[in-house]
Amino acid sequence: MAIEVRIPTILRTYTGGEKAVDADGATLSALIDALDANHPGIKDRLVEDKGNGIELRRFVNVYINDEDVRFIGSLDAGLSDGDQVVILPAVAGGAA
Amino acid sequence: MLRIDQATYDALVEHAKRDHPVEACGMVVGPIGSDRPARHIEMVNAAGSPTFYEYDSTDLFQLYKEMDDRDEEPVVIYHSHSATEAYPSVTDINLAGEPGAHYVLVSTREHGNNPGPVEFRSYRIIDGVVTEEEVTIVDTVIPEESS
Repeated sequence: MAIEVRIPTILRTYTGGEKAVDADGATLSALIDALDANHPGIKDRLVEDKGNGIELRRFVNVYINDEDVRFIGSLDAGLSDGDQVVILPAVAGGAA
Repeated sequence: MLRIDQATYDALVEHAKRDHPVEACGMVVGPIGSDRPARHIEMVNAAGSPTFYEYDSTDLFQLYKEMDDRDEEPVVIYHSHSATEAYPSVTDINLAGEPGAHYVLVSTREHGNNPGPVEFRSYRIIDGVVTEEEVTIVDTVIPEESS
């Protein structure tokens, strides 16, 4: 099973500069654990503690096959062989 | 230093004035590695706020996909402040996700939607450190000049 994960510039310090890496997992949550096993520290940049569990960080966007995972179950979103995952930091800010 | 052509500079200022008091946002992208702001893209501020901006997540995805297809990258990432100075806020610094980009701030606090000068300033924001840089406005940014 291989799922291509596209890594944004700001997180490529964790992947030795690689723009895309392969990982596996039946859910996004499992995929992120697999990513972190090979690229320690990256998980903490993607998720944060929430109550008894974890959730995607507010200003991190993850897409599975072009769809924002927040619309398809977030960390519980299912993955299949050949899916493409794209990680993008939000472009946001402002005077507040 | 940020080198930007007059027409693009004017377009960013016009966008900021038009959207005032809401914060305007967008990018000027260019060929990867060129540091040349070549193609201006206005983005919708999904927050619609005078104190916050955020690209819609679908718009963001389409933008990066398009840049990928065209071998482009963000050269300038701009937004406006409509009531405060053209300096990165703590929010701006914490959320700056493109270490290679020039972060441009335009302040419309003086004249709002009306004609008149604006503050237009550019910064590098890397690992939480803000460094202001000179802005040079030229007639046309040709590749040889900016390499």
